[in-house]
Amino acid sequence: MFSVNRRTLLRLTSLTAMTAALATFTSFADAQEKIRVGYAISKTGPYAGGASITTLPNYELWVKDVNAAGGIKLGDKRLPVEVVEYDDRSSSEEAVKAIERLANQDKVDFILPPWGTGLNLAVGPTLNRLGYPHLAVTSVTDKAPELAKRWSNATFWLGTSAQISEALADLLGKLKNEGKIGTNVAMVSVADQFGIELAAAGREAFKKHGFTLAYDKTYPLGSQDLQPLLNDAIAAKPDAFIAFSYPPDTIALTEQAQLLKFNPKIFYVGVGTAFPLYKGKFAANSDGVMGIGGWNADSPLLKDYLARHKTATGKEPDRWASPITYASLQVLQQAIEKVGKVDRAAVAAEIRSGTFDTIIGKVKLKDGLLQEVWSVGQWQNGEFYGLAPTTLPGARAPVVPKSQWQ
Amino acid sequence: MLLFDIVLPGLVLGGMYALIALGLTLQYGVARVMNLSYGESLIAAAFGALSLYSGLGLSPLVALLLAVPCAAALNWLLYRFLLERLMRRGKDRGAKEIDSILVTFGMLFVIQGIMLVAFGGQYYSYSYLSIPVVVLGTTLAVNRLVALLFAAVIGTAVYLALTRTRIGTAVRAIAVDPGAARLVGIDVPSMSGFAFACGGGLVAIGGVLVSMFLTFNASMGVVFTMKALVVVIMGGVGNVMGALVAGLMLGVVETAVARLVDPGLTLAATYALFLVVLLIKPTGLFGRAAA
Repeated sequence: MFSVNRRTLLRLTSLTAMTAALATFTSFADAQEKIRVGYAISKTGPYAGGASITTLPNYELWVKDVNAAGGIKLGDKRLPVEVVEYDDRSSSEEAVKAIERLANQDKVDFILPPWGTGLNLAVGPTLNRLGYPHLAVTSVTDKAPELAKRWSNATFWLGTSAQISEALADLLGKLKNEGKIGTNVAMVSVADQFGIELAAAGREAFKKHGFTLAYDKTYPLGSQDLQPLLNDAIAAKPDAFIAFSYPPDTIALTEQAQLLKFNPKIFYVGVGTAFPLYKGKFAANSDGVMGIGGWNADSPLLKDYLARHKTATGKEPDRWASPITYASLQVLQQAIEKVGKVDRAAVAAEIRSGTFDTIIGKVKLKDGLLQEVWSVGQWQNGEFYGLAPTTLPGARAPVVPKSQWQ
Repeated sequence: MLLFDIVLPGLVLGGMYALIALGLTLQYGVARVMNLSYGESLIAAAFGALSLYSGLGLSPLVALLLAVPCAAALNWLLYRFLLERLMRRGKDRGAKEIDSILVTFGMLFVIQGIMLVAFGGQYYSYSYLSIPVVVLGTTLAVNRLVALLFAAVIGTAVYLALTRTRIGTAVRAIAVDPGAARLVGIDVPSMSGFAFACGGGLVAIGGVLVSMFLTFNASMGVVFTMKALVVVIMGGVGNVMGALVAGLMLGVVETAVARLVDPGLTLAATYALFLVVLLIKPTGLFGRAAA
């Protein structure tokens, strides 16, 4: 036990008073001279792998780019961006706590979103209550239209599970009609919200386009051996192998497919296919592999982005959500500049209604959702080009059947 | 044939489980340190192998020659300067276990933090010996087969060393009763340190070998700690043969369930088997009845 004498108590009180005074002083000064942007991101835990390729490097690049240009323009002066960063440790509770802290204690002007569907859905209600614009970029969910209706501050940027599965089935349907592939499809998915939603949407979409699902199984998150799964998928003799998988599984499935000399006409794997790691590991064998995501690699804006990303962070971005993450930050900046002051409600409304110039082209959200999102990409000569939806500018023709593994 | 198609890949998967659990058997079962930073040490070894492979083009199998002594030395230092004091201070096994859990829980974040600073949070993966080989009509990957081989050889060697040599007997005596071991002239602190360091060397072998075929990142350590813990407890704490058998059993059961029932149930099967073993033999497959 300890006793507190009056002197310590006095000292403590005066110290607290001083800190409080100092805090008020600095926050007054801040409001004039800079824009404080805060975020909580998964630096540790299971989501760190995704966050540190797709989200964090783009936050860093954007802050660097904005500050190099003098800052965000408010009225007639430019205010530099100052960052407050927390680690949410891949936990929903931590993420929510950090958001509360950013808003109430650090009093930041804007909050950037965490990585992943789960965390974005977890912090959604809090950001809504606090009135901060919520750029839920890295979340894929069929609930997106409904959530966008409920949370007027939120916007969704990667499409819905149904959109992704539908675009894939549509592309396969076209190939089937051209006689390039047959009707047999084998589908595996990770037993997690992402895999379950995409597989459910896929089942319907494939049936609609006249495919038979010869094999359709899920596997638990973190499985360390997928060979049994592949063996049964091979036995089904599919024309197309579809996996709604996470990065470690995406890599393992590709590696084991090569070992088993499983070479279907279409080999589509999930998250991770668009990562530079995939190309780095499989080199020439990545050629012809399809996966979730893609980008218009011929666009000069994206070429420039790729170069800047490499210089600033020392690595290449992924070819799916990375450019969209960066574009969403450009949208935020332009929305703030159009509104001309730190008025979060007005900025959120502007993000939804305005038209913006970004590295992925002109962005105009519809009902809070970005519509033009690549669902299917393919590695062709060392670049991951977008294939579907075929209506998007820069959509490439698929190379089918994929070449033999070497 | 379906039987071989289940048993062989199952054994290969199980070999990996056993491999990652061997070090923990020594550290937890013998040195009595519940090392929560175990998985992080494993990942650190994997990063070491990756750096040597991508930087110097050094084969992971050669990297073992470097990684194992380094890891053993580091673990010895860790024991000597951090854990030994706690071991001396702890009144009974329970107190020692709690103290070691607290300290190694801190170590977990230190190691993880260093790896995050050095490598960032993203995934890493490289290919080595990713060559198919057909055994009894079943295709297996050479790198996974190597891991199984190592697990079997090391498991047996450690088992023999523990049961047939003088040092091994001394180490086992400490595991049973450190107080009585001292009475018969065994230098308990240095022997425990030795066992802990050997465990650290085995972790490095596990880390280097799994890096050949698993995708990993700096924050995946806990996955390996959990798996190793299940294998060690199922096999009987401190029993190396037990860990080997338990690991192989888990591998075969997971593969059988994936092929015959549903791949979605492999995790459930693992824990069901774990539960059944503990219900029937609370001290694990090869565990002695508690004193």
